Amino acid sequence: METSHRSLLAKLLALAVAMFLFAVFLLPPLYDLFCEITGIGGRTDGKYEAVVLTVDTSRQVEVQFVAANNAEMPWEFYPLEYRVMVHPGESRAVNFFARNTTSEDMIAQAIPNVLPNNAAAYFHKTACFCFANQPLGAGEQAELGLVFILDPDLPKSVNTVTLSYTLFDITDRSTVAVSQVQ
Amino acid sequence: MAHGPATLADGWVKYASRWLFTTNHKDIGTLYLWFSFAMFILGGSFAMIIRAELFQPGMQLIKPEFFNQMTTMHGLVMVFGAIMPAFVGLANWLIPMMIGAPDMALPRMNNLSFWILPFAFAILVATLFMEGGGPNFGWTFYAPLSTTYAPDTVNYFIFGVHIMGASSIMGSINIIATIMNMRAPGMTYMKMPMFVWTWLITAFLLVAVMPVLAGAVTMMLMDINFGTSFFDAAGGGDPVLFQHIFWFFGHPEVYIIILPAFGVVSQIIPTFSRKPLFGYSSMVYATASIAFMSFIVWAHHMFTVGMPIAGELYFMYATMLIAVPTGVKVFNWITTMYKGSLTFETPMLFSIAFVILFTFGGFTGLMLSIAAADIQYHDTYFVVAHFHYVMVAGAVFSGTAAVYYWLPKWCGKMYNETMGKVQFWIAFIGFNITFMPQHFLGLAGMPRRYADYGLQFADWNMVSSIGAFMYGAAQILFLFNVVRTITHGKPVDKPEVWEGAEGLEWTVPTPAPYHTFEKPPQVK
Repeated sequence: METSHRSLLAKLLALAVAMFLFAVFLLPPLYDLFCEITGIGGRTDGKYEAVVLTVDTSRQVEVQFVAANNAEMPWEFYPLEYRVMVHPGESRAVNFFARNTTSEDMIAQAIPNVLPNNAAAYFHKTACFCFANQPLGAGEQAELGLVFILDPDLPKSVNTVTLSYTLFDITDRSTVAVSQVQ
Repeated sequence: MAHGPATLADGWVKYASRWLFTTNHKDIGTLYLWFSFAMFILGGSFAMIIRAELFQPGMQLIKPEFFNQMTTMHGLVMVFGAIMPAFVGLANWLIPMMIGAPDMALPRMNNLSFWILPFAFAILVATLFMEGGGPNFGWTFYAPLSTTYAPDTVNYFIFGVHIMGASSIMGSINIIATIMNMRAPGMTYMKMPMFVWTWLITAFLLVAVMPVLAGAVTMMLMDINFGTSFFDAAGGGDPVLFQHIFWFFGHPEVYIIILPAFGVVSQIIPTFSRKPLFGYSSMVYATASIAFMSFIVWAHHMFTVGMPIAGELYFMYATMLIAVPTGVKVFNWITTMYKGSLTFETPMLFSIAFVILFTFGGFTGLMLSIAAADIQYHDTYFVVAHFHYVMVAGAVFSGTAAVYYWLPKWCGKMYNETMGKVQFWIAFIGFNITFMPQHFLGLAGMPRRYADYGLQFADWNMVSSIGAFMYGAAQILFLFNVVRTITHGKPVDKPEVWEGAEGLEWTVPTPAPYHTFEKPPQVK
């Protein structure tokens, strides 16, 4: 094989490998980062370290809660309060109710989503059951807590924020038994 | 013959070894072309099953689950098994002869890149006979349909895609190396025939995006078998990410399919117009800009995922911008024909039909690019009609034109012109009867990929099915004509088979000898 072929072959193979690595290792984190920065997709951030925020009492925002089950998830799952009025900067606690209606021990994972998209970055959760998974034994029930703060910088156009949780059954993918997690 | 190829007269072992171990670009081109034709017939028979089921409302012939497998396999087999290998076959046959090279740059890799393809498709098609059935999630295999809800055979599908991807990457590297390193003295880049140019650009697209497809299916494999959550919301992943990655591959992929087709008609139209191609350099730049833009418009396939308005506007305008270089090409072909002394042999008929029908498909593409309107058109038969106008009337028509145009050079015999023209008209009319009504169905709201439909869609579906059977019949005539040409065709002995044909491939004897340009020609 001529050397000119060989170096071209090496370059093109390197390009192909680079594109593969780009797709698998770079695109997903970039996508996550992009969604986090822009709030597209309603992603919320992880745990928020509370700082002292001035409460903006001049403004009230309605926060609505939606709970849904992913397909084949049999649990009962609903918010105990469907809507609350909060001032931006004020810390508020709400509870969700979950009951494992089956005769099996199960582990669930709740995935949050915020609408409108431009509010997602301003919805801070200081405590949330969604930060860990939620194991429940057969027939058990629990109240799941959430503490949140709306950032005072929340865009003025936003008067209603909807937080939805979708509950997924992750028993199969979990490597530990329910009793251990509990 | 010292270096001649083994024929059947040498015994079947030698004959089979010749094809198995061949490193000759013409042999490999032939293998690719026959393989792609076999896949075309297979994918076509899936289409016939689909159209037979949709002939009437209600379920008559097959179960809905099998219908889903048929739509998926039809798409996969046609895109990856028929169209892409057909153009790689043409590239193998023609590029060395067009640039005055004795063979491809990497002949042994060439052999490998062909011979892994039948295995890829054997694996893919075998899933149809396995428990759980073949892939049933559409050729775009969106997660979670292809992960959480997929049949177990999806792993075979993934390995099949990996193998065909490897084949495409090797084929493309070979084409790039051939074009960049093996041009005859004097054959500068801007003297290369358009077919060579379009393939050079296509090959770069392939090397860039086939690994992305491989990445997408690898992530699927991990999600399904190794507990990762790239596309699974339960584990913090996002199914929409799959769509972004898929279309980051998928949009360049549609140009990978169509650019060599542009190249083919850019060779044929000047020949039968007896004029050089109008605007050669603008053709080159238009091809390059289409290739570049293919990377920045992918999300126009996903207008309904809930994108912010800025994203919709960007992808809408960027998509519309592609109409500009494409328009340059269409006008160049028309201007090439303008005031030419036209004759209408079969390749020319297919090429003119290509220009007309591809333009039509381009216009429906412009309609689809309007984000606000796309929300209604999305996943309807309007989309099906649109991409069949560009894929079938685009890629398949130009592939057919290419076979008729170069067949006399390949085998030294002339095809039956009357039969070719009859085939053209059956194909042209059948194609339009099949897909024109699908625009109406889609605008009326018929969703794609369903085994059944509402009664209001019955009439046009019946018309569409009749057209599909017509179009299918034309392919049988095509196969017959090609086989008959090889066995009984009238011999051609002059090097330039066609009166107005230009290019190095027409300077070698007819039929093209097994080895050509062992001494490079001097290009003025």
